[in-house]
Amino acid sequence: MADDKRIDPATGTEIKHHEWDGIQELDTPLPRWWLWTFYATILFSVGYVIAYPAIPMIDRATGGMLGWSSRGALDKELAARERQIAPIRKAIAETPVAALPGRPELMQQAVEGGRAAFRVHCVQCHGSGAAGSKGYPNLNDDDWLWGGDLAAIEKTITDGIRNPDHDATRQSLMPAFGKDQLLTAAQVDDVVAHVRAISGQDRASAASRRGERVFADNCAVCHGAAGKGSRELGAPDLTDAIWLYGGDVGTIRETVWNSRHGVMPRWDDKLDKATIRMLAAYVHSLGGGEGNGGR
Amino acid sequence: MSDSASLYEKRKGVYPKAVDGFYRRLKWAIMAVTLAIYWGTPWLRWDRGPYAPDQAVLVDLAHRRFYMFSIEIWPQEFYYVAGLLIMAGVGLFLVTSAVGRAWCGYACPQTVWTDLYQHVERFVDGDRNAQLRLAKAPWGAAKIVRRLFKWSVWLGIAFVTGGAWIFYFADAPTLQREFWSGTAAWQAYATTFVLTATTFVLGGFMREQVCIYMCPWPRIQTAMLDEKSLIVTYKHWRGEKRGSLKKAEAHPGEFGDCIDCNQCVAVCPTGIDIREGPQIGCITCALCIDACDKVMAQVGRPRGLIDYCTQDDAEAEQKGAAARPVLKTLLRPRIIAYFAVWAGIGAAMLFALGARDRLEISAQQDRNPIFVRLSDGAIRNAYTVKLRNMEARPRSMEVGLDGLPGGRMWTDAGSRESAAATVRTTVPADSVAKLRIFLTLPSGGPARQDFRFTVRALDREGGSASEPARFERP
Repeated sequence: MADDKRIDPATGTEIKHHEWDGIQELDTPLPRWWLWTFYATILFSVGYVIAYPAIPMIDRATGGMLGWSSRGALDKELAARERQIAPIRKAIAETPVAALPGRPELMQQAVEGGRAAFRVHCVQCHGSGAAGSKGYPNLNDDDWLWGGDLAAIEKTITDGIRNPDHDATRQSLMPAFGKDQLLTAAQVDDVVAHVRAISGQDRASAASRRGERVFADNCAVCHGAAGKGSRELGAPDLTDAIWLYGGDVGTIRETVWNSRHGVMPRWDDKLDKATIRMLAAYVHSLGGGEGNGGR
Repeated sequence: MSDSASLYEKRKGVYPKAVDGFYRRLKWAIMAVTLAIYWGTPWLRWDRGPYAPDQAVLVDLAHRRFYMFSIEIWPQEFYYVAGLLIMAGVGLFLVTSAVGRAWCGYACPQTVWTDLYQHVERFVDGDRNAQLRLAKAPWGAAKIVRRLFKWSVWLGIAFVTGGAWIFYFADAPTLQREFWSGTAAWQAYATTFVLTATTFVLGGFMREQVCIYMCPWPRIQTAMLDEKSLIVTYKHWRGEKRGSLKKAEAHPGEFGDCIDCNQCVAVCPTGIDIREGPQIGCITCALCIDACDKVMAQVGRPRGLIDYCTQDDAEAEQKGAAARPVLKTLLRPRIIAYFAVWAGIGAAMLFALGARDRLEISAQQDRNPIFVRLSDGAIRNAYTVKLRNMEARPRSMEVGLDGLPGGRMWTDAGSRESAAATVRTTVPADSVAKLRIFLTLPSGGPARQDFRFTVRALDREGGSASEPARFERP
């Protein structure tokens, strides 16, 4: 069909047969090296299909000769990361918790590691911001039931609180003064009035003065004569602004009547020493930590 | 089908002939300057004191710093680099509308390295005719030896080209030692390998194919040229009808100035015939002007049969006007406008660089929990405050509160007992200090209080900055 060929006089290139509004298209040849690069990409794709997962089958894609998988790559990355932080974990496990603040870099790493572990193990009760909720202490504040220095926090995490199957656990039992008829209803009301008064929520009244007596006889053993609490027994400070269950009359009455026995699991059977130590460092760093580096 | 072969076109070999003249010398000079800049820059030293590298131009990716003589760019100041790119873009508009594709013809790395490679080619194989003969010759021992020699020189140039690039990203003398002792990062070797390969292939074999098929810039430039831009023009009204000297002597008055000696085609590095008019293959390197001028001098005709000329001037000249000096074509509104924009951006950037703060503060409030009630009833908010010390020396600084009377704060290095209205710290040279700041106020008060964190440098130079923040209560 050589007679069909039309040649553009300016370029010497063949003109395609279609035309629109007087505009025609030149059939400019591609450079041959372009063709070679095209063949090279085809060759590459053949090699790729052989080496890597490529062709979808019924339940999975072909595996590829290199045995590569995205899950395998992730496992490798995680293992590499584990190897990388292993010496840090080892150093943390070997450093007494009270000595951590003396090594700021290690402390920093412990806090970061603790932040990650907290997200996994602690947020269910204490909340993602460690702010707690009713019955679960806020770990950001400066009020500690069992002590707020690094060693005390580590001990609490290690052994838990009121753990029935663990002898070393932190243990104390407040009597159920109303339910077990240790106090009369009127006495309970009086002691609630007293607690409201020493915490500065109500003014002293006749009831609170009666309650002061009841308090001295029944409560001061653990909570102290002034109601400042005792960390050995996990007895809360009743004079401050922080209430684990609530500081209103109804809640305090409920607490005195039924008592409260919050529990926390021991973690030494689930987590290794380094992780517990990192958790302690993290909780300590939240702003209320005491002692050890003066936090 | 017999047509199928024409779908793809074999590259036609280009064997440009050596030429001498004004533009050739200009190209030599520009090549010398650009290559000296490329190879020399990483080795320039610049004293920045003990806390910063002493390399004059350094892109420190690991520490996210860009050093350029006395200028140091932090990542958040990357808009300066964006500004440089905009200047480069506008600069290309400016150059293109003024002198056409001068970038392509003189300064583009593809042109510079191709030029260098062709010079090597002439040195090894001889000039155009010898090269043509050798290309047609069968593969024998002599040809193989010559080819191997040429390719190894090319490869050597490619290697120093690819190898020089990595020195912009690390301390050059150190990296050089590491490179040869095999202890440099694998990225250094990989970069060198890739750039060596691309230089070798693009400069040795692809050459004008890059300009014609791969590079988008010729397309953009041809769209930006107008009838007042300088382009290399064959003055056909003067040259046609072409005829050899003999023919012209035999038939006086019938032929133009072009003696059809083909020198303009022989010297062209992209293998085009400029006499066919403006075309995409022309990179305006002006070597054909040199070649033609030489021939015109030899045959005793005026120079400039091929010359830089705008389309407007070409039309005027056809009607009998005299050729306008090249410099007179440069002063026109479009070029002045481009220059004003280009210089404006440059001046604004220089001003901003001169006036920029080397001390910055940012504050982010803890959102979970937003506030914490302390045992004495006070409310505590916590913030992550970052102090950026962009000077190359450690600085002592004081963080304060503006608009929050009674606020007491401490950092995680202190305790509530040491809480005060201000917090002092020393920020290391050229780095960011991250402070965790605990801030307390009595519980009584509005749910939200806006204030500013301030920072003040305590040294002689001083300087301060502030950042809005908010205190929240139950």
